[in-house]
Amino acid sequence: MAAVSLTVNGKPVTADVDPRTLLVQLLRENLRLTGTHVGCDTSQCGACVVLVDGKAVKSCTVLALQLEGADVLSIEGLAPANGPLHPMQEAFRENHGLQCGFCTPGMILTAVDLVRRKGHELDDRTIREELEGNICRCTGYHNIVKSIAAGARAMGSVPASKAAE
Amino acid sequence: MSATGIGVAVRRKEDQRFITGKGHYTDDINRPGQTYAYFVRSPHAHATIKSIDSKQASSMPGVLAVLNGAELAADKIGNLICGWMIHSKDGSPMKMAPHPALASSKVCHVGDPVAVVIAETLAQARDAGEKVNVDYGELPAIIDPAQAQRPGAPQIHEIAPNNTIYQWHIGDPAGVDAAFKSAAHVTKLDIINNRLVPNAIEPRAALADYDTGNETFTLWNTSQNPHVARLVISAFLGMAPEHKLRVIAPDVGGGFGSKIFIYPEEVVALWASRRVGRPVKWVSDRSEAFLVDAHGRDHVTHAEMALDAAGKILGIRVKTIANLGAYMQVFSSAVPTYLYATLLSGQYQISQIYCEVDAVYTNTNSVDAYRGAGRPEATFVVERLVEVAARELNIDPAEMRRRNFVKTFPHQTPVIFAYDAGDYDASLKKALDLADYKGFAKRKREAARHGKLRGIGFSTYIEACGLAPSQAVGALGGGVGQWESCEVRVNPTGSIEVLVGSHAHGQGHETTFAQVVSERFGVPIDSVSIVHGDTDKVQFGMGTYGSRSGAVGMSALVKALDKVEAKAKKVAAHLLEAAEGDIEFKDGNFSVAGTDKSVPWGGVTLNAYIAHKFNGQELEPGLKETSFYDPTNFTFPAGCHICEVEVDPETGNAEIVAWTAVDDFGVIINPMIVEGQIHGGVAQGIGQALCEGAVYDQGGQLVTGSFMDYAMPRADYFPTMTVGTTLTKCPSNPLGIKGCGEAGAIASPPAVINAITNAIGTEDIAMPATPQTVWAALQKSGRSLPHAA
Repeated sequence: MAAVSLTVNGKPVTADVDPRTLLVQLLRENLRLTGTHVGCDTSQCGACVVLVDGKAVKSCTVLALQLEGADVLSIEGLAPANGPLHPMQEAFRENHGLQCGFCTPGMILTAVDLVRRKGHELDDRTIREELEGNICRCTGYHNIVKSIAAGARAMGSVPASKAAE
Repeated sequence: MSATGIGVAVRRKEDQRFITGKGHYTDDINRPGQTYAYFVRSPHAHATIKSIDSKQASSMPGVLAVLNGAELAADKIGNLICGWMIHSKDGSPMKMAPHPALASSKVCHVGDPVAVVIAETLAQARDAGEKVNVDYGELPAIIDPAQAQRPGAPQIHEIAPNNTIYQWHIGDPAGVDAAFKSAAHVTKLDIINNRLVPNAIEPRAALADYDTGNETFTLWNTSQNPHVARLVISAFLGMAPEHKLRVIAPDVGGGFGSKIFIYPEEVVALWASRRVGRPVKWVSDRSEAFLVDAHGRDHVTHAEMALDAAGKILGIRVKTIANLGAYMQVFSSAVPTYLYATLLSGQYQISQIYCEVDAVYTNTNSVDAYRGAGRPEATFVVERLVEVAARELNIDPAEMRRRNFVKTFPHQTPVIFAYDAGDYDASLKKALDLADYKGFAKRKREAARHGKLRGIGFSTYIEACGLAPSQAVGALGGGVGQWESCEVRVNPTGSIEVLVGSHAHGQGHETTFAQVVSERFGVPIDSVSIVHGDTDKVQFGMGTYGSRSGAVGMSALVKALDKVEAKAKKVAAHLLEAAEGDIEFKDGNFSVAGTDKSVPWGGVTLNAYIAHKFNGQELEPGLKETSFYDPTNFTFPAGCHICEVEVDPETGNAEIVAWTAVDDFGVIINPMIVEGQIHGGVAQGIGQALCEGAVYDQGGQLVTGSFMDYAMPRADYFPTMTVGTTLTKCPSNPLGIKGCGEAGAIASPPAVINAITNAIGTEDIAMPATPQTVWAALQKSGRSLPHAA
């Protein structure tokens, strides 16, 4: 077993883990943050995407021990508890960007990272190409693309402190 | 109309928990003292099991048990079953081979489970699984369904000589022969309907908890139909009586058919939980899912269409070999028979149809229902035949279809179904307008100028869903009834709980069922909760598949609401001191006709329970009603999908550049959700047509065993879709609903292939139409450079 200290959703966390523990296992099993999902075992599906120091990372592909001192944001931490939804979450609901909901947390966090990198005006082609690492079986992506475009615009029109998350 | 009633694009109630990561999928649930299961699986496609040595594995850290098939049999756990009897044309019953949850004498496909390790942690179970030594005697394997019946082919099950499960047929062979004799033209096609892996993004999972004190089981399971799972596990596997087995299907992350079935893993988890006296959790990884979740399609077909000189269809003759894999699954016999050949009439008036289907065993994973289930295969046959015939007869493909459409209803086809309502001209016309069919020639010329071959393809499909009238199902061999049930509990304060037998795994029932209640009682959907997926709460249900939840499940809801309203009117009559017949109910208010006397919804619900204003001996207190609704017919959604592709002759890449879908689903409860179903269904159909395909090598290894090898369609495969609807109400159910869940996957594959073949000038192309396949076809057709006109 080995110890690792990091920040998860703004809270300091120290855990004693088997060295082969993946970040997704730390989140789901140790911290009971089950909003991060596992949809494959080859790092293809993107259901497990979280933000590590603001960047989208597949949490099935990183060992927990690699994250000493890192700042991890999972879907549970995207909007303040009992506060309003993040604009990207709101956009997914408004545009029916989810059906079964299993890929959704990864889609939303990938989208937040996409906005960070590419800005608030995202065309259809850009969004579709940027979703290369996220698989959805329900929606045909149509409404996910619509949601991300709307969410990106909405993130541009809310106070910077919230949109930066 | 209520602001959250029928026809409104209400935003989904269930989304709040999904977008905040607060859903409860099976793997999110944990029980105190929980252990973990890891399955030891066959690496061989076909082999005898000589011995299983678990000694070393049993002594490894954290291991509680290593269990095998002999122990399963000793504990009298029965075999998995197929629940639909099909008889061959000679009258003999289908050959259902034994399917134990753990193989004990031989394995029949790669991934067949032979042992299970139960340990304190998953890592420990996995480590120990590596140390279970199974001594196999390898046998030759048969993989190709077209070869499975040949003399000398390896024999998989003793009960099924020549690997043949049944040789079934439907229709009048002599009548069809006569039609072909009189034909001016015959179109012939050889078709392979490619094998698909369902790949719901949530992998299957089971958490089994045996209560030693009460001798009861609870199973949390990724199931589309928890009551059916309980029935089968109880009645056929003999695990426990139904009343001692609770099955809960919580949030389920997509199904597409693959989670209808009862699989070895949940059965073994239950059994192991009783053996070790602790909860047992099993979660499939994606590699296991590829190997053992029931696959879809996999037909080899020769099809012929007879036509007169004017393009009138005279008859269809089809011979199909359906690969059912190594073992039969719950519905697998029905998919290539009654869900397939009965749809070969399409939207067309065809007086003669004959279809023969041989179902075969091979050393591959089971094949059963996958979104559409038989109907996509039938639609592919019919819509490819019609399109090719039109080209051969030099008739415009839209005009060809129009000439042959069924125009009057009801319409009896020669293959069982009586279509009840539809307007196929209307959906075709609307689709032609939305797709700007008239402008296609210009778009083709423009594409040619930038070096692309542009093609257009149609699919005017029909499907039969709303499964299904129970007596009809029984007459065709089905082992269960296919009614649906509902319970409506109105609480004293007026809020409403609706317990439904259908199950949602992405379809949004918590919203749409609440909309039906909102419309009826004038209450907001926030005061209605929909409960599903728990056999201890819901009285019974047949689950969700076959686009049945709206057409059948909501009909059960309406029936229960009728009873609630009738009872509430009796209570209101007492409150208003009026005759029951004079009570009117509108927008949540009960009033006496012709007066200003009224009582609101909440007044009636409260009084129904406090029972002060009526005699409890004459009128029972309470406001709770149940219903069972058995449909009187299947429903027949239909429509027209038009695909436009641009093929790059240099690479063979076929890009879908436009998609138009016009569907008639009858009455629509929530247009936003229905559009979402179309998008998703079309995407799965485009996946089948362009990129997906399960490939086994000749030794039976699944070559496409992960998302790295099996091409799941990504976001950049698709254009923005244009979706429209037309409306003819379904006459057989109270809301006029036809159903929409499978239409996209049924309609779309032939539209894609018709578009590609139109672009490249040869019909000889197989699914998936990968760039390599298209490029090779182009080399043969000679149309390797666009002809700029």
